[in-house]
Amino acid sequence: MATADGAFLKPTGSDLRQEARETRPGASGDGIGSGGTQPPEKQKLFADRDRVYSRSIQGKWRKVKWWTLAVLLGLYYIGPWLRWDRGLGAPNQALLIDMPGRRAYFFGLEIWPQEIYYLTGVLILGALGLFFVTALFGRVWCGFTCPQTLWTDLFMWVERKIEGDRNARMKLDKGPLTGAKVGKKFAKHGAWLLIALATGGAWIMYFNNAPTVVHDFFTGQATTAIYGFVFLFTATTYVLAGWAREQVCIYMCPWPRFQGAMFDEDSLVVTYEDWRGEPRGGARKGQSFEGRGHCVDCGLCWQVCPTGVDIRKGQQMACIGCALCVDACNSVMNRFGLPPELITYDSISNQLARADGRTKTRFRLVRPRTIAYAVLLLLIATVMVVSLSTRSRLHVNVLQDRQPLYVKLSDGSIRNGYTIKVVNMVREPKTYLLSTDGLTGAEIAVLGRHLEPGPYVELDVAPDDVSSFRVFVKAPMSSLDSVQTDFTFYLIDLATRESETVRGIFNGPAAVAANAANARRGGDGG
Amino acid sequence: MMAQEKEVDALTGTETTGHEWDGIRELNTPLPKWWLWVFYVTIVFAVVYTILYPAWPWFNGYTHGILGYSSRAAVRDRIDEMAASRAHWVEQIETTPMSEIVNDPDLLQIATVGGRAVFANNCAPCHGTGATGRPGGYPALVDDDWIWGGTLDAIHTTVMHGIRNGADPEARMSEMPAFGADGILTPQQVSAVAEHVLALSGAGPDNEEGAQIFAENCVACHGELGRGNNELGAPNLTDQIWLYGGTKADIVHQVTKPRQGVMPAWNTRLSDAEIKQVTVYVHSLGGGQ
Repeated sequence: MATADGAFLKPTGSDLRQEARETRPGASGDGIGSGGTQPPEKQKLFADRDRVYSRSIQGKWRKVKWWTLAVLLGLYYIGPWLRWDRGLGAPNQALLIDMPGRRAYFFGLEIWPQEIYYLTGVLILGALGLFFVTALFGRVWCGFTCPQTLWTDLFMWVERKIEGDRNARMKLDKGPLTGAKVGKKFAKHGAWLLIALATGGAWIMYFNNAPTVVHDFFTGQATTAIYGFVFLFTATTYVLAGWAREQVCIYMCPWPRFQGAMFDEDSLVVTYEDWRGEPRGGARKGQSFEGRGHCVDCGLCWQVCPTGVDIRKGQQMACIGCALCVDACNSVMNRFGLPPELITYDSISNQLARADGRTKTRFRLVRPRTIAYAVLLLLIATVMVVSLSTRSRLHVNVLQDRQPLYVKLSDGSIRNGYTIKVVNMVREPKTYLLSTDGLTGAEIAVLGRHLEPGPYVELDVAPDDVSSFRVFVKAPMSSLDSVQTDFTFYLIDLATRESETVRGIFNGPAAVAANAANARRGGDGG
Repeated sequence: MMAQEKEVDALTGTETTGHEWDGIRELNTPLPKWWLWVFYVTIVFAVVYTILYPAWPWFNGYTHGILGYSSRAAVRDRIDEMAASRAHWVEQIETTPMSEIVNDPDLLQIATVGGRAVFANNCAPCHGTGATGRPGGYPALVDDDWIWGGTLDAIHTTVMHGIRNGADPEARMSEMPAFGADGILTPQQVSAVAEHVLALSGAGPDNEEGAQIFAENCVACHGELGRGNNELGAPNLTDQIWLYGGTKADIVHQVTKPRQGVMPAWNTRLSDAEIKQVTVYVHSLGGGQ
């Protein structure tokens, strides 16, 4: 069944449902797949949801899951409270996306809107990282770190604490509506809503100064947008982690649908070793397992599954690879004195090797696929680090007037207009010297600041700000060599000598520029 | 859907819907029921929307919805909101002298942006969208050559009252005599003075006769050196900019039978704040004095 090319690549939702009905004793069958002996009944085009009552389990993978949950959720909730001193007038929140101020802060990094392409880099790194770990370790993202998994796990823990474990919960849900039941349900949903509120609230803190927004939130002074977003994220957390759970993974998430493309036979996956487990059957303690499989068919593996999968059917799309069934099966193998890892978190090739009786198994980290992902990761990470560490904190944009392209002045010289935007990304006031090169006798004037034309002008820019200047460049006709003359704007920071050059084009009238060129040629000849 | 025996696809083990097209059978992989509920919710939404908002064409127009919403009213509200949000700045522009507006970066920004809109709506048909003027006597406003003056006050006066419009008593007024058409000068004399005018800006050889005629007839307005006079609306003849063209034929035409452009007075059409803004805008185009 679980061969490298068979069930491994067959992730259909109907498999899951069918199997759930077959294997789950308590599942409410709706007739589909329950055999041909029953009278024909109306076909169902919409399936009832089989509620998953996952059972708690102890073990090494459960431990890993608790730790990742604690660390990742801890980072999420604590993140906005970290402080980072950026000096006077700048926010001191380490992680902040300041929408009205048009800045993003990540510790020592300050990202301007025009540097948003770094986000593209981060997203590409994220995607490649996901491909890389998936090729190596299978669905670790789904099973251990995905927010949907983490919050669902947390919500399930709350549920267990209040309503009890699997059997108690099933009994409670089937039972009559008593005061105790209502109380438990209220307690559970109340606790869920509180967690959801903390989650939605933390999200908003990444976009506002955390202490301020918390104060404003609880004193009714926050904006409608903040209340709206907190409500939105509280509602989505509550609905997705409390109600939708595995439905998100099976029906909404695109990632399970195409991540099979990253797998090969050496990727770690949660698998059931059917060569050892079959034929399965019930067993008593101390009985001999000669001539039969090690699977005692206790059902613990699918009872602990958060998505209701029976892993013994092989790899399926609905399996998020959380490895809780490994813990479950090991606890049973242990009880029967059988070797552990009947359900194992290992590669298909190792499983096949063991099936063939080879005891030596290996975990092949270095494969063409992983090399390709690693090289790409390294490449893009290098490009990111280099470009981030060498990025300029002074930017100059030159927008040339298009209407009119040039103006002929009364003394016969030509004037072009430009809008120059100087971006000072440093938190200090700056004075820059603007000059030109490549236009003989050119003079610059700046509207509202420096109307008398001169060879250079000083431009003041406030700290962490963009200033826009209307700049007029005037040049004698003799300095033009064609309709468009190339020249350069020089901007020098007077304090640091940091400079920026921008290529400019100086437009002139066609006929007169041609005359000027002729005149020069004539002059050269004479 | 017919109630019949269930058919199971052998390859996948999935039940089929019983539909078959050319041997291809449709597998029944049912959606979860909550998906269906989402569909019902969208239907409910549509019904509620229809009740609240304008939705359907009807015999006498359309269904209005009980909220009384209309996109036209919404646009009107937004325009009123905009006007209200601008009121503060409009008031500042009205009360601040122009010489101070151009030295206040915020007010300058407001005035030039507002002035650009006023210019595009009112001035561009004659002066061009980039204020580069049009042939035939519509002067460029971007250069440094001004007939009636390029200071803020001079531009303001010109915009307020216009030129030779016969409607505003304070309009700019000048009238160059028709030296040729009225027989003041002979065609030869006109030709000679035209050559002299060309020579003033270095565009041709000078002549004694032309200089003599210029000194007798033209200096009163254009000045001894031909540099013109903004007070009288007499253009500078020594520069490189010509309102009606700079060839000899153009100048002969203008001396013989001058064309005299007209500009309307804008104080009857634009508000004080608008006139101030468009003045600051024109002044900011590069030629302001």
